[in-house]
Amino acid sequence: MREGAAPPDAAFALIAKQRGAQRIMALSPAALTLGLSAGMMLADARAQEPDLAALEHRPEADHALLLRLAEACERYTPTVAPHGDDALVLDLTGCFDILAMDETGVRDDLVARLSRLGFRALAACAGTPDAALALARFGKRSVRELPVAALGLEGDAHLALGRAGLRTIGQLADRPRAPLVARFGKAMSIALAHLLEEQDRRITPHRALPPIWVEQRFAEPMATVKPLLGVIERLAGQARDLLVARGRGGRRYEVSLFRTDGHVARLAIDSGLPLREPADVVRLFRERIDSLSDPLDPGFGYDLLRMSVPLHEDVSEGQDRLDEEDTGRPDLAPLLDRLQVRFGAECLHRFAPRDEHLPEYADRLVPAASPRQPWPQPEAGEPPLRPLFLFEPPQPVTVLAEVPDGPPRRFGWQGRQHRVVRQEGPERLAYPWWKTVEATGPTRDYYRIEDEDGRRFWLFRHGLYGSEKADPRWYLHGVFA
Amino acid sequence: MFDSSRLKPAASLVQPSLEGWPDAPLRQDGVHEFYAAGEQDGAAALALGLLCAVQARRNGEPSLWLRLAKSRQARQRPYAPGLAELGIDPATMVLMRLPDLQSLLRAAIDCVRHGGAGAVVMEMDGRAPAFDLTASRRLALAAEQSGTMVMIVRSGADPTPSAAHTRWQVASAPSVPLPGNAPGGPVFDVTLLRRRGGRDGLNLQLEWDRERSAFQAPRSGRAPLSGDNPALPAVRTGDAGRRSAA
Repeated sequence: MREGAAPPDAAFALIAKQRGAQRIMALSPAALTLGLSAGMMLADARAQEPDLAALEHRPEADHALLLRLAEACERYTPTVAPHGDDALVLDLTGCFDILAMDETGVRDDLVARLSRLGFRALAACAGTPDAALALARFGKRSVRELPVAALGLEGDAHLALGRAGLRTIGQLADRPRAPLVARFGKAMSIALAHLLEEQDRRITPHRALPPIWVEQRFAEPMATVKPLLGVIERLAGQARDLLVARGRGGRRYEVSLFRTDGHVARLAIDSGLPLREPADVVRLFRERIDSLSDPLDPGFGYDLLRMSVPLHEDVSEGQDRLDEEDTGRPDLAPLLDRLQVRFGAECLHRFAPRDEHLPEYADRLVPAASPRQPWPQPEAGEPPLRPLFLFEPPQPVTVLAEVPDGPPRRFGWQGRQHRVVRQEGPERLAYPWWKTVEATGPTRDYYRIEDEDGRRFWLFRHGLYGSEKADPRWYLHGVFA
Repeated sequence: MFDSSRLKPAASLVQPSLEGWPDAPLRQDGVHEFYAAGEQDGAAALALGLLCAVQARRNGEPSLWLRLAKSRQARQRPYAPGLAELGIDPATMVLMRLPDLQSLLRAAIDCVRHGGAGAVVMEMDGRAPAFDLTASRRLALAAEQSGTMVMIVRSGADPTPSAAHTRWQVASAPSVPLPGNAPGGPVFDVTLLRRRGGRDGLNLQLEWDRERSAFQAPRSGRAPLSGDNPALPAVRTGDAGRRSAA
């Protein structure tokens, strides 16, 4: 529970409305000493303690806070998983050398950092996550001292164990397992094995483990942003060595900036082509930092910088993707990466063909880094049959035609009348009925039109006159050059 | 730094069929403005800008097309099959849609300075007050340095002072009808409004020939083609005092 909002010794309760009554969900440490307990009605508690402050209980905010703490704990290990509503599990296997601390050191460091932030934390180290959680929750020194409630079994199993005179895990461990399983089920033996560190359980980390990561710890926190790019460049150099050893190049780089107060800022860049060279990586990060709407705030300083490469691919492939021919010009890919970092990936595109019947679906926009796709050649000797611009959605127009199913003679658009001088059509496009059984829609008759000023338009009649619609409407779908 | 001297021989756009394009070729390392004559001539102005860019580029360099994501023009989206029909390979085009004019100008200057693209096409709608003389001067300098052709396509705006090398006014013109009175290939009515250090006032009708990737004077579709003779453009002089074509 965060104590920032109220004085640390204030008594307050977090309440939620349940079945029409204000019920206490959680209590501050000071309130707990007053003899109150979670689950009480607020009215009862106020009868006991008239001055009890009540705040709204927001589980989603608690969870968000827990995830933020999980990210802050990534300074010790990348494998951090939230457990339940109020616990974090850290897999520290193999991390002690890098951290230059032992188990107690890590535990004390973590608790000290959390208490500086105003959190009261219980921490314990053990061979399995279940054992560590139980030790922390029940505040015991060894697994054998734990009460049987640490097994976390359902129903009245704990009570039954107590009646049998089995009160601690140690007593259970000394007994043969088979009769216990026969009485309490398999779940009990698994829970016991987890607690006794006989059997391990997987931790699913909050964030996927990056395949490549390098980090830099500072003895003194770095309190300005200026030297940041230099550190990033050094880390990128280390990452390059790892990438070169694998014959890969990074498509996505992430930098996590761990602030001393537990805040973690993340910067990510994406590249169209696999990158390795620190100079290129740094250039993109500089762009990224410049384009932050909310500038980096080092606060009391960063004491750990970690660079990870979550996405990488073979360097040989696609190296000459953007420029197949030698044009004697600099490669466009770095420029596109830079623009993408600054303006967002959603504003940079390339056209790709799509084999669709309806004209508005015949092309699509793909990310600029995707490979070039060949386009069908237009038929020689024909004028352009498709417009340069397409209206989305098609613009309704008023059309005057000689016969209802004939070509248009005049049409009105944007308050202006256009007299049709030349026209060609119709090009009849049926609704793609072959796609799904129930797909039906009006047929479109497209006309290429030129008006008296020489402007060329693409109009269509929506629906066949007579058979599909009594009074089909006309739309302007595009303009030609 | 990109060596622009290497580009000098290729910097001329003079094509055999472009005699009417007087001694004012579109420089490869210059800034060129295309103003839509009327409200509905935006597509023509843009097409001319794109086609000039395509004509100037060698061996399939990519072109960058910058436009605004939210504006009047956003309702009309570029249609890639239509580009292909004009003879512009959509695969060589990179489209950027930017949130506002400031970002568009910022992105454009970066693209031009980089020099990796053969041409940078900027589409601007309306008065665009942020695009002033300073901004265009900056673009012109960058274009000269990197050898990038800059096409500025504007609609719904009156020409304002700028550092552009050439400024054209573009309107759609009646096409040469095909059999059955069908509309033919694109024809543009082009007026040279301004040319840095040269004559202006030239007015021509140009038809785009997709197969030859060249402009020509609109010819009557029924008349036989004159074999090797380059077609003479229809030249109207701006005033009696100066002839624009020899």
